[in-house]
Amino acid sequence: MTTETMPHTPHPHTVAHQFDDATQQREASELGMWIFLCTEIMFFGGLFLAYAIYRHQGYAGFAAASHKLDVLMGTFNTAILLTSSLFMVFAAHAAEHGDRKHFVRSLSLTIGLGTLFLLIKAYEYYLKYEHGLMPLGGLPFHWEGEHRTQAHQFFNLYYLMTVVHALHMVIGLAILGIYLAQATHDKPVSELASRVHITGLYWHFVDVVWVFLFPLLYLI
Amino acid sequence: MTVLRPELEPAVPPPESSALALPRRHYLNAGYSVRSWLLTLDHKRIGLLYLLSITFFFVIGGLAASIVRLDLMTPQGDLVQTETYNKLFTAHGVIMVFFFLVPSIPAVLGNFLVPLMIGARDLAFPRLNLLSWYVYMLGGAFTLYALAAGGVDTGWTFYAPYSSTYSNTYVMATAIGIFITGFSSILTGLNFIVTIHKMRAPGLVWYRLPLFIWSMYATSIIMVLGTPVLAIAIFLVGMERMLGVGIFDPRLGGDPILFQHLFWFYSHPAVYIMILPSMGVVSEIVPCFCRKRIFGYGFIAFSSVAIAAFSFLVWGHHLFVSGQSVYAGLVFSLLSYSVAIPSAIKVFNWTATLHKGSISFDTPMLYAMGFIGLFTMGGLTGLYVAALAVDVQLHDTYFVVAHFHYIMVGGAVMGYLGGIHFWWPKMTGRLYPEGWARLSAILIFFGFNLTFFPQYILGYLGMPRRYHIYPAEFQVLNVMSSAGASILAVGYFFPLTYLVWSLFYGRVAPSNPWRATGLEWQATSPPAVENFAETPVVTQEAYDYPAFDAMDAMAAKGLPG
Ligand code: HEM
Ligand SMILES: [Cu+2]
Repeated sequence: MTTETMPHTPHPHTVAHQFDDATQQREASELGMWIFLCTEIMFFGGLFLAYAIYRHQGYAGFAAASHKLDVLMGTFNTAILLTSSLFMVFAAHAAEHGDRKHFVRSLSLTIGLGTLFLLIKAYEYYLKYEHGLMPLGGLPFHWEGEHRTQAHQFFNLYYLMTVVHALHMVIGLAILGIYLAQATHDKPVSELASRVHITGLYWHFVDVVWVFLFPLLYLI
Repeated sequence: MTVLRPELEPAVPPPESSALALPRRHYLNAGYSVRSWLLTLDHKRIGLLYLLSITFFFVIGGLAASIVRLDLMTPQGDLVQTETYNKLFTAHGVIMVFFFLVPSIPAVLGNFLVPLMIGARDLAFPRLNLLSWYVYMLGGAFTLYALAAGGVDTGWTFYAPYSSTYSNTYVMATAIGIFITGFSSILTGLNFIVTIHKMRAPGLVWYRLPLFIWSMYATSIIMVLGTPVLAIAIFLVGMERMLGVGIFDPRLGGDPILFQHLFWFYSHPAVYIMILPSMGVVSEIVPCFCRKRIFGYGFIAFSSVAIAAFSFLVWGHHLFVSGQSVYAGLVFSLLSYSVAIPSAIKVFNWTATLHKGSISFDTPMLYAMGFIGLFTMGGLTGLYVAALAVDVQLHDTYFVVAHFHYIMVGGAVMGYLGGIHFWWPKMTGRLYPEGWARLSAILIFFGFNLTFFPQYILGYLGMPRRYHIYPAEFQVLNVMSSAGASILAVGYFFPLTYLVWSLFYGRVAPSNPWRATGLEWQATSPPAVENFAETPVVTQEAYDYPAFDAMDAMAAKGLPG
């Protein structure tokens, strides 16, 4: 009969009491984030499904409405977001190596680019509003030509999908902002590494959602 | 230094040992302040917070149902106005489904038991766990506000465009409430999956896991993948109401059937969120009260996972008469039949476990037996409504109401109560009064059948569901149903009282009152804050009752223990 036991080894203060060691803790949080991202896929999936159905039913109207979007700004924003993801990778890498200087720099760039994306998005919304292309909650909808209903639907889906996406970015930026504040307030960045890593997964996910949104909304 | 294995435990404490004392330190006396409860990160305390809250919602949902049943005593519906009637059955459905049954076993028993059963100190994310309770309460607050402000009349199904355009009731507040509460079940599911993957005690390989854990795992998968789809469906209803986006309203180019697809894509799997945990509970209770190995462990374990997978493929059986294409109907009908297979596998395995077992009819076992019978009735009638032609007749009649109440009340709630009784000594350190408990289990069984069996007949005869006023010829069956409901109410009232009573006056429970296998029974009753003094090491399968009893017998003879 086995008589071995598993004594509780004393924990370093960065390992929560329910975990045996840092590896278990890191693996758990990483798995947790992946599962959360599966949830997110199903959530966005509903929106994409609605889009797919109505685009299939009213392709002409969707195409006409899509041409009203500013492809240049959209492309520019795509580039910005992808770059922010790149710096997210650098930040995670720097945190892994306990390199505060590079961590702070990369993370600031990630946050800066993310914010820039949102500002451009907001400006796009504003232009659409000016042109009467924001038919939300009884706002006017100036649409000359055919397929008015479908174009109306397109714009509604456009706002729903991009706003939900933008909300995800705001949440991501808030979390990254906290890490930045912690790092500049002398918290050892290596202690942030695991959290930065999983937030990075989230950030990339939000990025990938945009990579699908952009062609579907701007390029059809 | 000992290994925590049943056969190495000291001699059997005699079950009626009145001299037993509670352990000196345990999770309940670890702190008495309000703060120590509201800010607790202990999975056991969070389980109890959920227990209190869902009981509260159960009572509210039950009151709504009582008024509905009272009103249906007469064909003219004299008791309440028709508008009020609509709000009452909506309140009943919303509260019972989203605020009682979905969280019931996972959030109460699952929270309490998952770490104990796998030999862990807590769930992987204790903070997230506490957050899930607050999220649940916030969602509950919105829904209660909607109820107090004037109610909702859409039915728990929120079909568009009525919900998204026309209803003049508090749809938004309720929708927000359900949306928010959804996150609590996502968080719970996520926590369980990670915990089960990453925190099992050494030696606890997947095939040694208790079947309750397998069922929690399957449930969690559905919670994590299904709930967000409900969230988006509700979100779109809200957006359509507030901003007039044309998703579901045909006037704006939308399609109301899309709502039904999204809603049932969640809500059919959700019915398995409600029943799988009960199946897990029954799989724990049955071998313990037969003193036998569970029959077909692997089949039961994998049928849980199979149910979780199949459950995502059958939602279209709710749309047979909604104008869905006939071919889709055919496929969904076939797939619905196939989901019955893993359910039936479980029933056969439980019955095979009973075969030649030395069965004792303690309260948990009474509930488990009730579960098996009533679930079978509910499942078999599921096959009736899954048959295309038959469903044209039965859809939206009381037959469907009876079908799902047999499963959700006869099955899920029975399993929940069985589980509460089974683990009550572990949770509280006290034994409940067995005589009262058996009496109420029997009352519930008879009350339940009297309430819902007549509804099968009513539906078969053509009485539509959700009607306030009905033809006089249906009155006798309706009165029977209401009479049954009052017995059922008494049956539910008993546990509410004697369980509270037992907290103060119940006999002190030994750590393993049922002589059950399973790691949770090796912790003290109630368990210590950190669950186990030493991380247990598991060296054997889950339900080896014969070996366990042989050890007990040897220990009783005074052989070395
Ligand atoms: C054994 C396999 C099952 C089959 C084949 C099945 C089949 C069906 C079908 C075809 C309907 C639609 C009937 C209609 O509206 O005309 C239905 C309704 C329903 N079933 Fe089942 N079912 C099964 C198991 C379950 C389980 C396990 C639960 C709950 C735990 C459940 C809960 C419900 C509910 C809540 C409804 C009605 C929803 C509503 O319209 O309000 N079913 N079932
Ligand atoms: Cu279904």
